[in-house]
Amino acid sequence: MNQWKNFTKGFIKENPIFVLVLGMCPTLGVTSSAMNGLGMGLATTFVLVMANIVISMVKSFIPEKVRIPSFIVIIAAFVTVVQLMMQAYVPALYKSLGLFIPLIVVNCIVLGRAEAFASKNRVLSSAIDGLSIGLGFSFALVLLGGIREILGSGKIFDIALYSENYVSLIFVLAPGAFIVLGYLIAFINQIRKS
Amino acid sequence: MNYLIIIIGAILVNNIVLMQFLGICPFLGVSKKISTAIGMGGAVAFVLVLATIVTYLIQNYILNTLGLAYLQTIVFILIIAALVQMVEIILKKVSPPMYQALGIFLPLITTNCAILGVALLTIQKEFNLVEGVVFAISNAIGFALALVIFAGIREHLETQNVPKGLQGTPIALIAAGILAMAFMGFSGLV
Repeated sequence: MNQWKNFTKGFIKENPIFVLVLGMCPTLGVTSSAMNGLGMGLATTFVLVMANIVISMVKSFIPEKVRIPSFIVIIAAFVTVVQLMMQAYVPALYKSLGLFIPLIVVNCIVLGRAEAFASKNRVLSSAIDGLSIGLGFSFALVLLGGIREILGSGKIFDIALYSENYVSLIFVLAPGAFIVLGYLIAFINQIRKS
Repeated sequence: MNYLIIIIGAILVNNIVLMQFLGICPFLGVSKKISTAIGMGGAVAFVLVLATIVTYLIQNYILNTLGLAYLQTIVFILIIAALVQMVEIILKKVSPPMYQALGIFLPLITTNCAILGVALLTIQKEFNLVEGVVFAISNAIGFALALVIFAGIREHLETQNVPKGLQGTPIALIAAGILAMAFMGFSGLV
C-alpha cells in the first residue's frame, strides 16, 4: 500500500510541473506537439529511474561534501546514454527535440529527486519514486503538448481533427506555451483545492 | 555585418528566454524585484561568457582531437560546475562588494540551462572563437533584458487586482506569454 502511494503521488499530488513548478525549460520548449512531449517525458523518466537507482545504491560511499557534483556526473552519464540511443533508433524525434535532450542534465527535477529522495531511501523505493515523478512529468507534457497541438495545428498525435483554416498558430509558437501552461496550472490548482 | 546579425539575432529575434525557453527557472524564480533581476542578470552574463570560451577551447582542442566528442555533455556540465565554484572563490577574495551582490545567485547558476544551452549552441552552429564570444555576450544581454523587463511587469502586477485562481505562477506565465508575443514583432529583422 505504501509503495502504491509512493507511485501515484507524481501524477497530481506532487506533480513536478503543475504543483512543484520545476523543469520549466523542456516543458515549454518541446511541447509544440503531443508526440514531442511524450518523447521528452519518456527520455526524462529513463534518466530519473536509472539515476535514482544508482544514487541510492552508492549513497553511502559518497562523501557529503562532493555529493552534488557526484550526482551530476551520474545523471550526465545516463543522459549521454539516452542521447546516443535516441540518435540511433529515433533520429526524427531526436532532431525535433534537439538541444533539450542534453539539457536533461540541468533539469532541476532529476537533481531534485536525487537530493530529496534517492540519497535517503532504499533502491526499490527510489526506483518507484523516479518512475512516479517521471510518468507525472510525461503526463503533464503530453497534456500541454496535446492542447497546444489541437489549438495550434488542428491535430492530435498527427491525426487531423479539423480544417487547418480554423487553427490559431500562436499556440504552437513560443507565446502559446506560456499562456496555455499558465491556464493549465490555474485549472489544476482549482481542482486540488476542491 | 555578420556580427551584427549574430547580435540582433540573439538579443531580439531568438531571445534566449522568451523564444528558446532556456533559463526559465531563474526567469520565473528571481524576477519579483528589479534589483535582484539585475544581480542575477549580471552573474549569469559573467559565467555565460566565461563558460562559452572554456567549453569552446576544450571541445575543439581536447575532445575533437582525441575523438571523445561523445563525452561532451558530461565534460561541459563538470566544467560549468567547476567554473561557478572558481568564480565564487575568486570574487570573494578580489571584490567583496561584488560578491555580496552576486553571491547568492552563483550556486543557482550551475543548473541554469541557459549556460549549458549556449555552450552547446556555440558548438552546434560551428562558430569560430570570436563569433562564439559575440554570441555568448549577446545571449547574456538578451537574458538580462528579458529578466529586467519581466521583473518590471511583475512589480506592477503586485499592485493589481488579479483573479484569485490566477494568482502567483499562472499570472506570471501568462504575462510572460504576452511579453513573448511582443518579442515576436522582431521576427522579421534578421
